[in-house]
Order: sequence, then C-alpha cells, then structure tokens
Amino acid sequence: MNVWIALAYLLAAVLFILGLKQLSGPRGARRGNQTAAVGMVIALLATIPLLHFTVAGIVVTLLGLAIGAPVGAISARRVHMTAMPQMVAAFNGVGGGAAALVSISELLHQGLHPAFQIGFPSIFSMVVGGISFAGSAIAFAKLQGLITGTPITYAGQQVVNAFIAIAIVGLAIANLVVASQPIFFVPLLVLALVLGVAFVLPIGGADMPVVISLLNAFTGLSVAATGFVLNNFALIVAGTLVGASGTLLTTLMSQAMGRSLANVLFGAFGQIQAGAGAAAATAEGKTVRAGSPEDVGTMLAYARKVIVVPGYGLAVAQGQHALKELADELEKRGVEVEYAIHPVAGRMPGHMNVLLAEANVPYEQLREMDEINGEFPSTDVALVVGANDVVNPAARNTQGSPIYGMPILNVDQAKNIVFMKRSMRPGFAGIDNELLYDPKTIMLFGDAKDSLTKLVAAVKAA
Amino acid sequence: MNSELLTEFTYFILAIFVGIEVISKVPTILHTPLMSGTNAIHGIILIGAILIAANATSPLEIILGFVAVLLATLNVVGGFVVTDRMLEMFKGRQAPAKQEKK
Repeated sequence: MNVWIALAYLLAAVLFILGLKQLSGPRGARRGNQTAAVGMVIALLATIPLLHFTVAGIVVTLLGLAIGAPVGAISARRVHMTAMPQMVAAFNGVGGGAAALVSISELLHQGLHPAFQIGFPSIFSMVVGGISFAGSAIAFAKLQGLITGTPITYAGQQVVNAFIAIAIVGLAIANLVVASQPIFFVPLLVLALVLGVAFVLPIGGADMPVVISLLNAFTGLSVAATGFVLNNFALIVAGTLVGASGTLLTTLMSQAMGRSLANVLFGAFGQIQAGAGAAAATAEGKTVRAGSPEDVGTMLAYARKVIVVPGYGLAVAQGQHALKELADELEKRGVEVEYAIHPVAGRMPGHMNVLLAEANVPYEQLREMDEINGEFPSTDVALVVGANDVVNPAARNTQGSPIYGMPILNVDQAKNIVFMKRSMRPGFAGIDNELLYDPKTIMLFGDAKDSLTKLVAAVKAA
Repeated sequence: MNSELLTEFTYFILAIFVGIEVISKVPTILHTPLMSGTNAIHGIILIGAILIAANATSPLEIILGFVAVLLATLNVVGGFVVTDRMLEMFKGRQAPAKQEKK
C-alpha cells in the first residue's frame, strides 16, 4: 500500500479516536461528531487511488452514492425527535447489511479453498453483519409500532435459537474445512438473518436501546472483519473502535437500567410475565381518582414546589413546548419547578434531555435521578407526564417483577402525585403500576399536549 | 502467520483497548448521541463497498456492489447528520455543572 494512503488512513483513525473522546463529554460532543466526519471524508478520499474502475463499476458506485447521500441526509434531517431511536436502528442495520454484502461478494471470488485468514473473517463478517441487519430491522419495526413492542415468546424459544446458532457454527466450519461454496454460505446467510430476527423478537420494546447498541457493536466487528478480508487498515481500526466502545456502551446502558446485559437479552421478561399478569389481576378491584384540568391547575398554582417527571408520552404528544409554557406560568406565580430526568426516560438514555432542550428548558432545571430523589418528600406535587415504569415502586418492592432492581424516581414520596396518561394501560414494560391507585394520586387522562394546554389556562385562571 | 496479518492483528488488539479506554467515562445523557456517533463511524464500510463495486463485471457483482454502496452511504451520511441534529440541541448550553439552589 502506498505510503500516503497509509498515512491518510492513520490520520483518519486519529480523528475517529479524538472524535469519540470529545463525544463522551458534554462540552465537545458536537465538535466530536464533526471531527469523526472529517476523518471519514479523509479515509474515503484516500481510498480513491486504490480503485480500479470498470465502466459498470464506476456507474454503480456513483449511482449508489448519488441516491444514498441525499436520502440519508434528508431522512436524518426530517425525522421527529421522538423517532430518533428507530432512525439509529435503521442506519445501523444498513451498515450491517453493507458489510454482509461486501463479504458475500468476496466469498464468490475466493475459490474453494481460501486461506484461513481470509475465509474466516469473510464468514464472520457475513454472519454478524446479517444478524445486525435483520435484528435492527426488527428493532426498527418494534419502535415504529409496525409490530408489537411486547416480547414475542413461545415455548422452547431459547432451544430453537440455540439450534440456529449451532447450525450456523456447523455450516461455518463446513465452509472453511470442506469447501467454500454457495451451498454452504448461502444457507449460512439465511440462518444469520433468521437468528437476527429470532434473537430480537423476545426482547421488549423498552429494552430496544440496549439491543440497538449491541447490534451497533456487532456491525463494528463485522466491519473490522471485512477489513481483514480486504487488507484495509481503515476498516480494521474504525470497525474495532466501534465494536469495543459499542460493547462497553451497551453494558453501561443496561447498568443505567439496573439490569445485567444477560438479563436484558435472554430476558427473564418472558418468564416473569405470567407473575406480572397475576399482579395486574389483583389491581382490577382498585379504584383510581380522575381529576379535571381545573382541579389539577389549582393544585399546581398553590403549590410551593413542583417536580415534573417527563416520559415518552410527552415525547409522543410533542408536548414539550406546552410543558415549558406551564412551567413558566407556575414560576411567574413563585412556584419552584424542576424536572426529574430518569436515566432511561423516553426510549433512549438522554432522550428527554434532548427533547426538553429543544423547548428551551434551562439546563439547570434538568436534574438527574440521584440528585433529585432526596427532594421528593419536600415536594408538594409530582407531575408525571407520560412516564410510568420509571416511577413504578414495584421496582423497589416487588421481587420477581420484571423491573425489580431498576432504580426509580421516588415520586411516591411526594405529597401529591398527578399522573398525566392517555389511559390506564401499563407502561412499556407491560406491568401494572400500583401508584396509579394510591389515594394521593390524581389521574388526568388525555393526550399530554392537550392536557398541558388546558392546565396552562387553568393555572392562569386560578 | 505472515507479517501483514500479524500487523493487522496488532492494530485490531490495540484498537480494542483504545475503544474501551476512550469512552470509559461518559455521562448518561450522552449515551444516545455516542451510540449514534459510533454508528456513523462504522459507516466506513463504504470503503469496502466501493472497493468491491469499483471493479464489478458480472451482473451479480454489479448488483451486490450497488446495493452495498447504497446501504453504506445511507449509514455514513444519515449517521453523522442524525448525530449532529441530536447534539445541536445542546448548543450554547453549559455542561450540567454544579447545581446551585436559587
């Protein structure tokens, strides 16, 4: 490889590392992303001298770039903030798919007995890229509401998945040892896609961010393996960086939910569901207290301190601006307003911060869970807007609950609790919340944005 | 093991450690943007896609190359743009430094 190309790749790798470093601190995060983008441009330009174009080759390359770039940019620009998680899943999936396709193309060239150091990474990249592609597609469908977000399970599911995995290993060995040919690697690709689907189906929608992060790491590893096949330094280093940091990030995310990664993936969720169903049945007989916007507005207007707990319902209703208006109105009356942000509020860690920042909520009012939990006992009203699981005391009290052990916001310690929800339906984890039946809880049913607008009027009138 | 493979293997192992070290202390609020940012970086598969598409001759190679370039371009362009949009929200704001009571 030409010295200049190698040096340009090295520069790109350095920029990726610096970019990641900046991305992991709030100050330089945006610059970090731009640093990495510059690295990407350098790596791509440096590759040009390596290419030997055929006529058809140059046409399809330019066509792919000309279609992909505007579609990618426009869909990323247009997507609603609430749909961000599935957008990331989609972009991750196509990356995995691209890696798998590159490997297939290489496999078709390699002949019957490629050297192990070429044959093995080709197979690895195709399988892992395929899993990432299919798994991301399911994650996307779950988050987009195309298929149900609740875990899809059946008897013997783990066994079936294990058999698929064993079959993959068997075919991979056959392809490496017997002969590398389509009768082995085509079924291998199909099984990888099936495993990707089967692996994500039983995982609940609330855990999708962790899954997407894991599949992101998978795609990284797949890209690194492709780098070994193509002898390309840039692919090896960038792919490995993503694989390693993505794996760490995945474990950090599951820690933020108070669960182990294995628990998220091979989910106790499916098994415990029956027990949770029984708990829900006992809740049937209990009554809830529904209030009018006027009642709640008056209560808020005469409170000293209000803590707002925003959740995904707020994001769905696009109610962040109405919420900010309500907070302004309350502050005008001398009410102290703060926002309690659970680490996994919304669909992804950090989702709420992004959303509220968009509505110009001052950063200082956004408080993290550990900071604010001690303040609930001195709070007059906890206003829960479209959140549920993150305030469910079952996480503290009910052993065997799917969310047992997850750190929660101690909303139950506030003097009054207002739940703004569309219905009595349980949250994303699919379990009942006893707090809804608490005597000091008032339910305010309806779309979060509508209700917030009505509350603003009620507070003004109070 | 030939020397080129050995060199590549060395990069691979070192990159694992760098990848873990570089993001070891990341605040929760940045988990999503960081995931999205790393997602954009693995869009570097575009290099691989272009390498196979460039010298495609048979119809199968041409199709594989085209789809690979298309998907990889979506990954890299969409990935960086969506991450930038997320981080744009934090623009001009202070890091969540010490909380001060009013």
